[in-house]
Amino acid sequence: MKYLHLIWAALFRRKTRTILTLVSIVAAFLLFGLLDAVRISFAEAGKSANGAERLQVGARLSFIQPLPQGLGAQIAQVPGVRDVAHANWFGGAYQDPHNQIFTFAVSPNYFDVYPEVEVDPEQRKAFDANLNGILVGEVIMKKYGWKIGDKLPLQSQIFPNKEGSKNWNFDIMGVMKSKDNKAFQSQMIVLHWKNFDETTPYNHGSVGWYIVRVNDVNDSDRVARAIDAISANSDHETKTMTEQAATANWIKQLADIGLIVTSIMGAVFFTLVLLTGNTMMQAVRERTSELAVLKTIGFSNGSVLAMVLAESVLLLVLGGVIGLGLVSLISMALPALSGGMITHTSVGAKSWSLGLALAIAIGVVIGALPAMRAMRLNIVDALAGR
Amino acid sequence: MANLVEIRNVSKVYERGKQKVEVLHHIELDIAQGDFLALMGPSGSGKTTLLNLIGGLDSPTDGSLSVGGTRIDNLGQGALAKWRASNVGFIFQFYNLLPMLSAQKNVELPLLLTRLNAAQRKKNAGVALQLVGLADRVSHKPTELSGGQQQRVAIARAIVSDPTLLVCDEPTGDLDRQSAEDVLGLLQTLNKSHGKTIVMVTHDPKAAEYARHTLHLDKGTLVEQVAHA
Repeated sequence: MKYLHLIWAALFRRKTRTILTLVSIVAAFLLFGLLDAVRISFAEAGKSANGAERLQVGARLSFIQPLPQGLGAQIAQVPGVRDVAHANWFGGAYQDPHNQIFTFAVSPNYFDVYPEVEVDPEQRKAFDANLNGILVGEVIMKKYGWKIGDKLPLQSQIFPNKEGSKNWNFDIMGVMKSKDNKAFQSQMIVLHWKNFDETTPYNHGSVGWYIVRVNDVNDSDRVARAIDAISANSDHETKTMTEQAATANWIKQLADIGLIVTSIMGAVFFTLVLLTGNTMMQAVRERTSELAVLKTIGFSNGSVLAMVLAESVLLLVLGGVIGLGLVSLISMALPALSGGMITHTSVGAKSWSLGLALAIAIGVVIGALPAMRAMRLNIVDALAGR
Repeated sequence: MANLVEIRNVSKVYERGKQKVEVLHHIELDIAQGDFLALMGPSGSGKTTLLNLIGGLDSPTDGSLSVGGTRIDNLGQGALAKWRASNVGFIFQFYNLLPMLSAQKNVELPLLLTRLNAAQRKKNAGVALQLVGLADRVSHKPTELSGGQQQRVAIARAIVSDPTLLVCDEPTGDLDRQSAEDVLGLLQTLNKSHGKTIVMVTHDPKAAEYARHTLHLDKGTLVEQVAHA
């Protein structure tokens, strides 16, 4: 610690260069924090205490293949099954095809399997009474400034209505809330499955997937096997998995978020190593005579090595902390900015630990070469300017 | 008076590529405790090499070199660094202060290698700066000081850990006459009043007159010794 002022002074010996380097490090860690928030958001989709006791039953062949409505009653007979609900993908876009909002057509008992989703009883009653009604997630409601009672035009990506148009009109009857907007329903819209089924000529008594709540989480594997056994060797074989696995599977079909994030970060940090490494080499080369003076007055080779290494680690940690700190501030606005796609609203302990570990590791890597050079410095040659 | 430095049959050979250059030839020299010795000679005569050997910055190729009873020619790099920290103070021609540190922090540098705490380091550095007449410049950076003042800060840094031996390489080479006389007067005071043994390399005969003796080197050999009044 007594060398800290010396390391700090050496670091800011050339303020402009150090600040510019620091800015590039901050930018890299800002990107790391934001991409990590995206990765965690996708990785945690479907994870919740209630999610653990939910199973999703979809077609084995493909998640777009529908299942017969009658299967629901058979699933309900499986020992260990508490509730069975069903849903269909609707895929709504508001005003512009780019404003995609997750929209599902759901069975009347849908909220029985999602007890974490809160709907005001009066609003729920109004929704149940209006076949053309919808419930809107709180985040979406705030984002677009909608009010209960508003007429909402939504464009389905796939399903036409009775007139053959993909433009549907709904009545907003209530708001879906959840604690800290953790449930994905806070960022989506639900409509009556009956309305969907009766209105679109594309759907006649079939459902997209079933959601099953089990009595005992530890019994999930057996229940899943029993459900899949019902449709074995039929034209609608099912694949039952936990909600978390199903969500991960679905996201994987969209894109391998983890691989994309890792690839981008790999490229960013590789560039950072080259850039900052070059700066550190230059900084140490400029200080050759000063380092020689330190060795002259008795600083050991090890001390000089440690000081240069500490300098580069300090630079990286400083940039990392500022970058991740900025992500913490920005992430408060992320759910709104991402239209609800990113729900992860803070930089967690894991991200901080990973970020700091990366900062230290990169600091050691970029500091190693100049530190070795400083350690091996020959005092007589360095003082003579050779 | 007992010898502080004893040099026996010391030679120094540098290898420059395939060439071997013998810079010092079989030097025999004793420097008494409390002496103030000036080393003079033409460029390339080996005076700075000899100074570097005495200060433990370099090791001889042959011969033995003892300072204060310690054979420093046998010490490894780590041990030599420790030995320098507690026994030698260095003063260079171009001051070699760290530009980003204040005068006081520069003077404190050797004390970072001791067990003194921050308050004690600050106090000792303050005393050393007072001794060289710069008590009112403690917070100034080197760029805010004149050449003479910078050299006095360097002297304060050299004496702050109370070494027995001061080695000075052209300490007045970059100074005007007045500043040079101030610095040489200060070195003389440190020698006479504080008992510091000083070995100084210089080209300037007037600077050498401040020393008790002058040794002349030529082509790596001691050729003449002059005692001053």
